[in-house]
Amino acid sequence: MTDDLDDLKAALHAAPPAPDASKKEADLALAMKNFDDLQGSRDGARPTSDAPKFGAIGKGVLTMLNALNTRGGLAATTALVAVGFAVLVVVPNVDQVELPGVTMTPTPTVDDTLVEREEIIAQPAPEPLGKVAQQPARTRSDTTAELRAQTGQAAPSVVAEPLMEADGSSFADSDGYITYDEMPGILPMPREAGGEEYANVAPSPLKIASEDPVSTFSIDVDTASYAVVRRDLKSGYLPNPDAVRIEEMVNYFPYAYPAPEGPHPFAPTVTTMQTPWNAGTQLVQIGIQGEMITNRPPLNLVFLIDTSGSMSDPDKLPLLKQSLRLMLSELRPEDEVAIVAYAGSAGEVLEPTKAADRATILGALDRLDAGGSTAGAQGIELAYQVADRMAADGEVGRVLLATDGDFNVGIHDPDALKDFIADKRDTGTYLSILGFGRGNLDDVTMQALAQNGNGQAAYIDTLGEARKVLVDQLSGALYPLADDVKIQVEFNPTQVAEYRLIGYETRALAREDFNNDKVDAGEIGAGHQVTAIYEVTPVGSDAVLTDALRYAPSPDADGSDELGFLKLRYKRPGEDVSTLIETPIVSDAGDAGTEQHFAAAIAGFGQLLREDKYLGDWTYSDAIALANGAKGDDPYGYRAEAVTLMRLAESLSK
Amino acid sequence: MMTDQDEELAAAAATGDRAAFAALLSRHYDRLFAFTFRMTGNRAEAEDLTQDICAALPAKLQGFRAEARFTTWLYRVAVNAAHDRRRRTATHAKAAVGWGDWEVNRREAIREEAEAQDWLSQAMTALPDELRDTVALVLGEDLTQAQAGEVLGLSEGTIAWRMSEVKKRLRAMRAEEDAI
Repeated sequence: MTDDLDDLKAALHAAPPAPDASKKEADLALAMKNFDDLQGSRDGARPTSDAPKFGAIGKGVLTMLNALNTRGGLAATTALVAVGFAVLVVVPNVDQVELPGVTMTPTPTVDDTLVEREEIIAQPAPEPLGKVAQQPARTRSDTTAELRAQTGQAAPSVVAEPLMEADGSSFADSDGYITYDEMPGILPMPREAGGEEYANVAPSPLKIASEDPVSTFSIDVDTASYAVVRRDLKSGYLPNPDAVRIEEMVNYFPYAYPAPEGPHPFAPTVTTMQTPWNAGTQLVQIGIQGEMITNRPPLNLVFLIDTSGSMSDPDKLPLLKQSLRLMLSELRPEDEVAIVAYAGSAGEVLEPTKAADRATILGALDRLDAGGSTAGAQGIELAYQVADRMAADGEVGRVLLATDGDFNVGIHDPDALKDFIADKRDTGTYLSILGFGRGNLDDVTMQALAQNGNGQAAYIDTLGEARKVLVDQLSGALYPLADDVKIQVEFNPTQVAEYRLIGYETRALAREDFNNDKVDAGEIGAGHQVTAIYEVTPVGSDAVLTDALRYAPSPDADGSDELGFLKLRYKRPGEDVSTLIETPIVSDAGDAGTEQHFAAAIAGFGQLLREDKYLGDWTYSDAIALANGAKGDDPYGYRAEAVTLMRLAESLSK
Repeated sequence: MMTDQDEELAAAAATGDRAAFAALLSRHYDRLFAFTFRMTGNRAEAEDLTQDICAALPAKLQGFRAEARFTTWLYRVAVNAAHDRRRRTATHAKAAVGWGDWEVNRREAIREEAEAQDWLSQAMTALPDELRDTVALVLGEDLTQAQAGEVLGLSEGTIAWRMSEVKKRLRAMRAEEDAI
């Protein structure tokens, strides 16, 4: 049967597209530059067109040449390359400079046999950092299936993994592959105590208040899920239900909650309203408004920018440049900006510069060029060094990593990278990640790193999104108000028969973690709003789904008509001890307004996309009607866009 | 003979002849890009990989030995660079497993998208990396099995075995397709 091979051959010959002319030019220029640098770093370059045989040079000369091209020499050439791009060049750790991906130390005798370099496949189980551990653990069979896909072994299914997926595998690892079964410690284990509560991504289950009155979770200010839902709907298909994270969709939108008064940096607003999709239940909404900082300390921002060749797509580096230009006009004159590039042109492209000096910053931005040069230096370490240099007392430092998925930032071991970022977080420098481009698998890393860096991971696909992330929410995204914000609600079983938290499945915490200040949780930034919604069924409602138990005592009425009791814990940035806020939830706790109605519409929209079972015959058109009636001011058109997405989803679902 | 010139140019470039290096590179750039594409199946990946190789080539070239054919040597450099890159990606990907269901779901979405892709992608992705590299060399670059063996540092027999393995897998794939 040679047919198959012939088909494959024909297809392979037809497959490769012509190289992009500008990329080709850049690559050739890069190679010539490196060629010249290499000559410059050794004595007696021979600009001759003769073709002397290697024997003619003699081994001694080759050895000498080789010695000149060891790390010191390479670092020197790296510095030369960087001069072309930088205002000021600092190449720290010159002895650690290395090229991305390709072993560069030349050896005269080597004939470039396949390199089998030692690499640690996995570290022993890391101490679960709070939030990482909260992510749902995946079952072993899932993992095995994925590993199988990654190793490229014949999968039981005929569906081929996409090429990018397969790129996650190792070329020569098939014989030495370590399976998860052999290394049980590698799986992020949920903490023992509420393990089952978040072991999957099923919607938060209905809870019976008399049996399980306490609900605990961490706030979540990520909004990436909404961007993914929008991208999918706009590309003409319904998002995978499991990709829909309702709290991230709800929290995507700004809400006009009352500003905090008093000692705390944020204030909870609790409201109740009739559930749109169920006449017998109520929605209890907890809206948290972070205070607006009018007199914030200067910001120190270090942009760590991926300049690998793939970043040159119009929706990547050019979009990033536009975004940064937008953002620059929002900074205050005393804020400082620095730029470090990696993967392409490497090093400190812009030394710390006051935002007032727009010309210098814009000039450095313009010189950023994907694929311009080589040497992925210790990008992330350099970025943090710059941030440390900029930090003065009371100033806030943040590294913003902008990438399309190349995390070759200088630390190859992901656990080491995670630890590095967590250490830096504790010293006051945070990390946010801006993802560009679509379909990039290293988004896994992106989320994990941002969580460890106390930052946000945002996915930027349009200039509008860039404006939202970097401009409209600038102070919030960049100035942290409170760390480790946890919410605990205790429901009163005499008033509430059943309740369920909408969304936040992956943010659930064990009851005892609430008071444990060692357990990490989400952060809230200046001006941020966070919304959590419970659907509660009052005692005696027709909508109660469970029957009373015959042998369990019915809860004694204690005379209280409170629905429940809300507790919040947070730490001020840099502090180790948390502060507690407590407030009762009363049944007529303030009337829901447009903000609450809109949040409810988005929560309903998310549940429709997730195909949740609690909505009855409520449909997209109900969601559209509810959202349309609750658009409010909507100065940036975010809510109008949401309605458009609902319409798209409605037509796609038919 | 063009190929003889390759070796001469390479040897000259290895000793610092700028013009020789430029000529060599412009001769082989397109072929190199096509090959990285066949190995990766992804334009962005192929571009990054080609950039890596171009950046490292001047230094690598010093290890070029005149007794090997330049093209063979270049393929080997490319396979090693791809190997390196994959391993790096894999290290991140492995440690990332389980870190976030959001991404897992996105992968799923991407996987479903891939179902719509052409037979070539399906066939190539169904193959493990080492088979894919072999296929890229033998079928994509029209190397003989002996030449491919030289590039990969393997015996001709191993290449022959791998190609029969490829055939077997393709047949199995087709059988499953037909069954559906």
